[in-house]
Amino acid sequence: MGCRTRIRILSAGAGSTLQDGGRHGYLRYGITPAGPMDPLALACANRALDNPPGATAIEVSLGGMSLTVEGEPVDVALAGGAPRIDLDGRTLPCPIGLTLRPGERLGIRAGEAGVWTSLAVAGQIDVAPVLGSTATHTRSRLGGLDGRGLRAGDVLPVLEPRAVIGEAAQLDLPVLHRPPDTIRIVLGPQDDHFAEGAIAAFLAGPWRVGARGDRMACFLEGPTIQARTHDIVSDGIAMGAIQVPGSGQPLVLMADRQPTGGYPKIATVIGADLGRLAQARPGTVLRFAAVELAEAVAARRAEVAALLPAVTRRPVLRTRFTSEFLLGTNLIDGVFG
Amino acid sequence: MAVQGRSEAGIEPVRMRDAGETALVVEFGARVDPDLNARVLALDAALAEAAVPGLRETVPTYRSLMIHYDPLVLDRADLCRLVEAGIAGPRPRAGSGRRWTLPCCYDPDLAEDIGAVADWAGLSPAEIADLHAQAEYRVYMYGFAPGFAYLGGLPDALAIGRRASPRPPHPANAILIGGGLAAVATVPMPTGWYMVGRTPERLFTTTRTENFLIEPGDVLRFAAIDAATFAELDARAARGDIIARRED
Repeated sequence: MGCRTRIRILSAGAGSTLQDGGRHGYLRYGITPAGPMDPLALACANRALDNPPGATAIEVSLGGMSLTVEGEPVDVALAGGAPRIDLDGRTLPCPIGLTLRPGERLGIRAGEAGVWTSLAVAGQIDVAPVLGSTATHTRSRLGGLDGRGLRAGDVLPVLEPRAVIGEAAQLDLPVLHRPPDTIRIVLGPQDDHFAEGAIAAFLAGPWRVGARGDRMACFLEGPTIQARTHDIVSDGIAMGAIQVPGSGQPLVLMADRQPTGGYPKIATVIGADLGRLAQARPGTVLRFAAVELAEAVAARRAEVAALLPAVTRRPVLRTRFTSEFLLGTNLIDGVFG
Repeated sequence: MAVQGRSEAGIEPVRMRDAGETALVVEFGARVDPDLNARVLALDAALAEAAVPGLRETVPTYRSLMIHYDPLVLDRADLCRLVEAGIAGPRPRAGSGRRWTLPCCYDPDLAEDIGAVADWAGLSPAEIADLHAQAEYRVYMYGFAPGFAYLGGLPDALAIGRRASPRPPHPANAILIGGGLAAVATVPMPTGWYMVGRTPERLFTTTRTENFLIEPGDVLRFAAIDAATFAELDARAARGDIIARRED
């Protein structure tokens, strides 16, 4: 046994939490699953380290974070959004994998695009599961560290740390290239509460992502959508449900949503586009495109298939990346090959 | 995206509606009604028994069952057939749930809003407490927050509306009324309801083997206790004891 390895949080803005695949199976008792805002980002970061897809990771918010490791070196992988990442002052692109060594400082700050970045650790972040999950739900104070967001001084023990990556390496994850301008939805479950004109207006948009979003909901600003009635007898809420309250301004219910609610839901964002929406910054302009259920299932299947092969790593050839450069570059097309 | 299910003369047809590609909502109607809720719970039980791969979890509500599933494992058409089979049996009636008595302290020091409800009703706080404790409540569903149980059966005399704006967070294990319904609210939350009592029992806790005590479909009664008894029972519950009594 070497000395105990642990991640130490040096600084953390608001809204960063520990998340695993979610606390499933207890919706019927009012327990919100929580889990990742961008499920694909978590899956990618874990896949890059050969972790189970729902292994506990740090979900870094726009507030940013810096951290270090104590004990043994450990591999970490970051995926989701286009944050500014630096390792002891050296700018790195995202997604990236690297071996973090004791004494090194890894910083993640808001970049030009994206909101949530999953930071996975090769090994197991050792926090006690609650109802089988480490996912943090701050509103009900469940999971993570005492049900709260991460902050400076927090220490996360890492069991069975692995360190094989060495130098920082770009991760080939083209599946993460997801422009947020069009979000695919399936109409329903309460589209029959809306007149044809209201559904047409909803699909025409355009919608601007509002400023007051968080892990619970994404607020949309655009045309006023009238329902026949804005109150229904409460029923279940899926992640991605687009609820239309009396104001006529929809909101999309995300990972920290309440399990049930009493507003009609005009449509539901398909699973493959949840992360795309979650990564849309306030002010982003987007439209919804209605698809058939079969397309939603096919998109989900394609996502799973994209993560079957091992994630290849390439040396970081430039040390100073601008986010514009990164966003304009398709990393899989052999640019760095 | 609605599919009509089995229909019978004089009864609302069962409708299946998609909530994205990973959830199917089976709607039995649009009312708060014990018999409708009993049909929801019968389908829920049938699906639990079927235990097919790809069926992730179910969420019973007043009048619908949300079924979360993995469409890469369980095809929607197969799920619909399962649902059809699940609702084909004899029509269940409300009242087959377990019966519980929960101690409840109506002392105005703990029942923070009982005075406001008494003023609204033109009655004394003691009369409000008597009315509340004499009724029998059906647990329709959980929702809103962990261990927040929505109860039907509130006497008409207590059918106060919701607050225009929420009050600050209530204490844990609050007994609430509002909008013609009653509730047990385990976790402190801001609320638009009125707190008329407090139970020492926890409907949800992570510090006991039984994380959850009471199921949708169960029937609750409240037994009045004084503040001293509340303190004693609350301490026992904090140690992991179950305080509620099974009556069946």
